[in-house]
Amino acid sequence: MTETKKELNKGNKETAENLNFDYSRYDFKMPELYEFKTKKGLSEEVIKQISYMKEEPQWMTEFRLKSYEIFRKKDIPKWGPDLSEIKFDEYHYYIKPTDKKGHSWDEVPQYIKDAFERLGIPEAERKFLAGVGAMYESEVVYHKIREDLEKMGVIFVDTDTAVKKYPDLVKKYFGKVVPPTDNKFAALNSAVWSGGSFIYVPPGVKVDRPLQAYFRINAQNVGQFERTLIIADEGAEVTYVEGCSAPVYSSDSLHSAVVEIVALPYSKVQYITIQNWSKNVFNLVTKRAVAYKGATVIWIDGNIGSKVTMKYPGVYLLEPESRAEIISVAYAGRGQIQDAGAKVIHAAPYTSSVITSKSVSKFGGLTTYRGLVKVVEGAKKSSVSVTCDALILDEYSRSNTLPHMEILEDDVTISHEASVGRISEEIIFYLMTRGLKEPEALALIVRGFMDPFVKTLPMEYAVEMNRLIELEMEGAVG
Amino acid sequence: MLEIRNLHVSADGKKVLFGIDLRVKKGEIHAVMGPNGSGKTSLSFAIMGHPKYKIEDGEIVFESKVINELKADERAKLGIFLAFQNPYEIPGVPLGKFLWSIAGSERKFAEFTKELKDKMKKLKIPDEFTKRELNKGFSGGEKKRTEILQSLILNPKLYILDEIDSGLDVDSLKVVSESIMDSMNAEKAIIIITHYPRILNYIKPNFVHVLFQGKIIMSGDFSLAKEIEDKGYEKILSGRIEVKRTEIEAKDVL
Repeated sequence: MTETKKELNKGNKETAENLNFDYSRYDFKMPELYEFKTKKGLSEEVIKQISYMKEEPQWMTEFRLKSYEIFRKKDIPKWGPDLSEIKFDEYHYYIKPTDKKGHSWDEVPQYIKDAFERLGIPEAERKFLAGVGAMYESEVVYHKIREDLEKMGVIFVDTDTAVKKYPDLVKKYFGKVVPPTDNKFAALNSAVWSGGSFIYVPPGVKVDRPLQAYFRINAQNVGQFERTLIIADEGAEVTYVEGCSAPVYSSDSLHSAVVEIVALPYSKVQYITIQNWSKNVFNLVTKRAVAYKGATVIWIDGNIGSKVTMKYPGVYLLEPESRAEIISVAYAGRGQIQDAGAKVIHAAPYTSSVITSKSVSKFGGLTTYRGLVKVVEGAKKSSVSVTCDALILDEYSRSNTLPHMEILEDDVTISHEASVGRISEEIIFYLMTRGLKEPEALALIVRGFMDPFVKTLPMEYAVEMNRLIELEMEGAVG
Repeated sequence: MLEIRNLHVSADGKKVLFGIDLRVKKGEIHAVMGPNGSGKTSLSFAIMGHPKYKIEDGEIVFESKVINELKADERAKLGIFLAFQNPYEIPGVPLGKFLWSIAGSERKFAEFTKELKDKMKKLKIPDEFTKRELNKGFSGGEKKRTEILQSLILNPKLYILDEIDSGLDVDSLKVVSESIMDSMNAEKAIIIITHYPRILNYIKPNFVHVLFQGKIIMSGDFSLAKEIEDKGYEKILSGRIEVKRTEIEAKDVL
């Protein structure tokens, strides 16, 4: 190791101590004022309590209890990152921050409203969104959709409300795309879920602007288990954006969501996530879509924060000509593990999937692309394209690529490309000779690397994303 | 403008420069020539502040300021520009955006775009290159033109041109050289590092230095470049080595 590298790394360690780039904007704590909170830990009693508090129909209570049984029987997945640190008995599984659900920000309690103001949500709503949902701890505290869309029959409510107001639609799809038996965390979510968004777009309706939900954990030792269900009817189009954040605590939090998407024939659903959880959150999420004839599902998944993320957005291509696009981006810094990827099942002919994964690791962070693509026998003329690019910013960081392909049909087109790049001293020097400071040079390279992802984001998020990259890189060099 | 005094440099624990002395005044053009591996690129990296190139002894003085400890970006801000022999590809960063990001905050965008258009025209770089990713998929010649384009945007006081002639055809060589000479004036200076004398017909040096084994072993005027062109390095250097041997023999006799 050259002297300079040593110096650089010494600087790294020092700045790493201060590296919670998001503190200014995301790391603020509001007083913990609650209507109701279940005691720590999980039991049948706790689940019944949640269901009772929500005044749920019997079928949902039963669904929860059955899921809890599955959760108890299932093992923690052992094929990925170490999850043994999760102490299931240490979390509050349900915290109800307020009794009210606002349809205008004035109805939201001041301290919660302040939190979302600081995150810029009401401003974004005024500027460029078609609807907003805001979830605080376990409950959605604000929900609003543009009137004209409501008149066209677009439904955008929190999932608890949907269970009561649209029982037939919910019953038909809830837990069908991601059944509780899928994995331990899907079972956990099914048992204790609360909040999340329910979206229904009627046939032929194209929602012109994104609908957004923002998830915020404020309290310590709390689990957030939102449940989102999106149904796009024939020929409908919708873009949904979710953002997540939490303040930094010394003890861990657990976020375990389930997202189900049903894309009916010729519909198009785009789901965008920018996850910026604080670095003490276990983020274990199951996201899956089913696509019918000619439908398109696009998952755009940005993972910046959290301690451990395990997330593999999936699409089951059930009928001909359906299409999946999964763009997944991960950044892992000190102490972070980003285990992200994609899962696509080609179950019909003439289906296509494009998977793009980009990851950046530094300060000993670990990024893993974990993907599964399966083409069943008879899914002729299908095409699969997988590209994984990893960028490693120092010698302490790592990256894995674990693509798994199961191709049972011969008449298909498959392409797979993977690259791992390290930023060399030489490239940084090259850019510095043009007058750029070291962090500026690094940010430029990372931004360029991320560009294909950032381009897919609505403009406002692209700006935010670039800002996050710059903040991370400022902490990257001394 | 630039004064290098007794410069000793090592890279990766190996000594590459052994006591370089070089004085470049405003308005001057210096050519540094020498065969492959003689230390030409090491010299340019040392002047520019490559972190791998450690100064073991001596000083680099730019405009009366010792710059030994300055980082590359700080040296760039003082007005030193190094055109790379092998520029790096930066994927996802369009040339136009990149140029704007290095152009400096005092410039107005409208003026910048006008200036950029002018300079690209002069260098015969097609307009659509502003949208192409920096150096990615560029031919050797396109990379070199882009290096010069960057220098014109930065408008440095001292140009260090490291083998900008390699990989250029005669027409490109002419275009590139003319652009550089257009921006040259009495307040500026050029150090041109080259293996072949060809480019010196376009960028005519006042001084020519021959670098060999990390030392400047000969200096002269333009005629030295001519001599190298006629005789080749081997002949010139073998003469030099013979001289050494004679000295040793003389010592032995004494």
